[in-house]
Amino acid sequence: MTKPLIQLKNVTKNYGDVQALRGIDLTINEGEFFSLLGPSGCGKTTLLRTIAGFEDVSGGTVMISDKDMANVPANKRPTNMVFQSYAIFPHLSVAENVGFGLRKSQMSKVEKNAAVDQALSMVGLDGYGSRAAHALSGGQRQRVALARALILKPKVLLLDEPLSALDKKLREQMQAELRNLQRQVGITFILVTHDQEEALIMSDRIAVMFDGEIAQLADPQTLYRRPNSRQVADFIGVMNFLPATVTSVGDTVTAHVDGLGAVSLSGDQFAKDVQTGTAHVGIRPETMSILQESDTGGANVTAAVVEDRAYYGDMTYYDVRLDGGDHIITISMKNLVDRAVLERGEKTRVAWNARALVLFND
Amino acid sequence: MCILGFQKGTRLHLSLARNSRKIWVSGLGKRSVFKINNRDQLRGMALVSPTLIYAILLLAVPLAVIFLFSFWTQDYLTLDRSFTLKNYREAFSDPLYRTLLFRSLWVAGGVTVVTVVLAFPIAYFVSFHVTPKRKSLWLFLITIPFWTSYLIRVFLWKVILGYNGVLNSGLIGLGLVDEPLTFILYNANAVVITLAHAFAPFAILPIFVSLEKIDRSLIEAAQDLGESKYQTFRRVTLPLAVPGIVASCLIVFIPTIGDYVTPRLVGGPNGLMIANMIQVQFLKLNNAPLGATLAVLAMVSVTVIALVFIFLNRKYLRSRS
Amino acid sequence: MKSRGLMIYAVVYLLFLYAPVLLLPMFAFNDSTIIAFPLTGFTTDWFSELRNTPALHTAVKNSVFIAVISAVLATLLGICAARAATKFDFPAKRGVMGFIMLPLVLPEIIVAVSLLVVMVQVLNLPLTNWSVIAAHVLICTPFSIAILNGAFQNIDGALEEAAMDLGETRWSTFRLVTFPLVMPGIISSLLISFTISLDEFIIAFFMTGANPTMPVYIWGLLRFPSKLPAVMALGTILVVLSIALLILAEFFRRRGLRRAGLKDTGGFL
Repeated sequence: MTKPLIQLKNVTKNYGDVQALRGIDLTINEGEFFSLLGPSGCGKTTLLRTIAGFEDVSGGTVMISDKDMANVPANKRPTNMVFQSYAIFPHLSVAENVGFGLRKSQMSKVEKNAAVDQALSMVGLDGYGSRAAHALSGGQRQRVALARALILKPKVLLLDEPLSALDKKLREQMQAELRNLQRQVGITFILVTHDQEEALIMSDRIAVMFDGEIAQLADPQTLYRRPNSRQVADFIGVMNFLPATVTSVGDTVTAHVDGLGAVSLSGDQFAKDVQTGTAHVGIRPETMSILQESDTGGANVTAAVVEDRAYYGDMTYYDVRLDGGDHIITISMKNLVDRAVLERGEKTRVAWNARALVLFND
Repeated sequence: MCILGFQKGTRLHLSLARNSRKIWVSGLGKRSVFKINNRDQLRGMALVSPTLIYAILLLAVPLAVIFLFSFWTQDYLTLDRSFTLKNYREAFSDPLYRTLLFRSLWVAGGVTVVTVVLAFPIAYFVSFHVTPKRKSLWLFLITIPFWTSYLIRVFLWKVILGYNGVLNSGLIGLGLVDEPLTFILYNANAVVITLAHAFAPFAILPIFVSLEKIDRSLIEAAQDLGESKYQTFRRVTLPLAVPGIVASCLIVFIPTIGDYVTPRLVGGPNGLMIANMIQVQFLKLNNAPLGATLAVLAMVSVTVIALVFIFLNRKYLRSRS
Repeated sequence: MKSRGLMIYAVVYLLFLYAPVLLLPMFAFNDSTIIAFPLTGFTTDWFSELRNTPALHTAVKNSVFIAVISAVLATLLGICAARAATKFDFPAKRGVMGFIMLPLVLPEIIVAVSLLVVMVQVLNLPLTNWSVIAAHVLICTPFSIAILNGAFQNIDGALEEAAMDLGETRWSTFRLVTFPLVMPGIISSLLISFTISLDEFIIAFFMTGANPTMPVYIWGLLRFPSKLPAVMALGTILVVLSIALLILAEFFRRRGLRRAGLKDTGGFL
């Protein structure tokens, strides 16, 4: 299952003085749903385009199936791309679009037509073949683009922000469909996205990129629960940061956290190079609870005051100030039937779990 | 030819905005390029080179030759290639050339003002008061007359403006005048009227383009902030249309200097312009060097006036912002 | 209220624009050698006269030959430059493109005399139809570039990348994707260049040799009052043809927009 398909070694890309990619090392496996996640301008699209062959690398090597791609142009690479704008040829019909890449294949006309029909059926567009391309809706264009790329049975399908042009409902539907499609065809998918939720939902592994470098490469759960830097933690979901002082370093680390007191952290909660001194700990809003009077709570309970709250319907987000700390943290609570929504200024207690903490060196 | 006034206008508008890089870039389009590297630069250069070489051979070289010729002299059939300023001295000292050059600039200025002032309300009307669906039709209507043969069009103005012409017989028929009007043919007025007609779409289209670009919510915002319709026009619409107006002015002014057909047909002896003299020097008097000198002088005056105009306009725009 | 005032002005202005065009057929069918009101009667004699004027036929043939060649060459040069400008970056791009577009804003007489001097005085070449073509290509190319720039810009760059991604080479991508999409622009460019060349007089007057072009021939006729009704008839035919060409150009422009999946923004060309 984990056979390497794409290997990038120290890939760099410069545009004049601007370094778009600063030494990317990355291995993507066969059959994997891989995401490149990052803010705009982080180099994720450039990286995708170097794999597709639309950009030359300034340094390093791109290998696909153990073959160096240095002198292989885009049209000779075993990759196909779904473009952000879908790039549906407006002068061709849906079937002509889907069959575009078959022009030079050895297939007979009948076989080509069958392949087109099959590809259309795969993306749920049976019978759309004779439609004009410009008469399609956004979601249909997306499907045509997918069918057009998959018909060539590439080793890798590259998707450049394919869902960003769709509205929320359709986007959620397409996320599920894409995931299923990938399982069905078993091809490696590489998705470029700036939407962290989308990356978490769909991917086997995610590379988070900032400023031309990979900041963290991990599966979704690790990425969310154990981000390796404040920057990554901040980019993915919501994370509270509290100032802390690391007092001892060993198999476990002891730290004094503003508002929470002394905590002991185990192996996966801190980086290997952790040192004593000032640091920050991160904690996700949903790992803490606002206790009601009847709740007993667990081992760790801290008194707090509600500073502000935002009611979202299914959830309520509280900004609370912990006793003995200067910092306001956010806690999210499900709005269950028997749970009252607290008002500003109410005193309350907060329960938290030391296993939810992540330590970041300053 | 005038159908292209639109393009022509846009183009010039862009080159006017050259100091603002953004506009220029948007004018030349998106740069969604396969790869931006040296290979692509070479491809671009290779691709543009046939056109560029053509323009160098048939534009840059001839212009340089004209410039060179202006320092030579013609002695009947022989060309004296020694460098001299004699032609320039003659051009400056002979009152005829001076008169013609000044008249050309003066007439071109008049044509520009009349054409642009007449054109602005039309551009405004089409941009602001015509439903979007009908806009193309109106522009189509405006451009159609200009596909009539240019010569025949100018000639017909002679028919319209003449002593027994359409206009005079109409006015007399209506009892508005007793005698035919004589100040409208064979003088500079006739040249102005005819050219105002000839350049109408060149003036309308750039202004129309700049008016189309105005975000309509700006006008609503101005009215929301308490300005009257007239004040909104004066404080918002007009200043934003300035680039289009400038482009219109230049597009009308520059070619007018080079026209010798209209002055010949409707201008009479007192309506002749510098282009007529250049033509006479080259084709009748066979004095190419003096013709070249006059051409250089005409070109230099046009360029200077255009640059001063652009400069003043930029200063005006800057002082506002 | 304001809108109605403007509307009236617009109608009067259109009347001003159309005055010569409306007069043209009146005199073309008028049974009198004098071009003046009142009209005296209906005749088609002037059109028959055109048919029986061999010199005119030669001039028309010359003009059509010149216009066709000029349109093709200007469009080819326009394709190169417009493609280079929209697709690639190259050194001094703005300067180069500005220079190529210069004939748009240069007084035509300057172009005419400078070319005349080079051809006759420097190169000592005889003036033929080809000298007119050389000049017309020069002035038509910027128009062609302006039209084609728009056509090339309307193409989403991702379309070409998609074709390459699907296995096509640079050249086959151009043939299968780019070319069909800019085709309407190419046709517009051909039609416009053809029309400009056909009607151009100022330069043609300087560059024609023994065989006049149609406008040069018309210019000669304007001196003879007896020939004027025939000129009116010729003008009428030209107007009708131009309008037909214009409608054709507009048709291709709209089809191009539809093909590229764009909305008509109301701009003409």
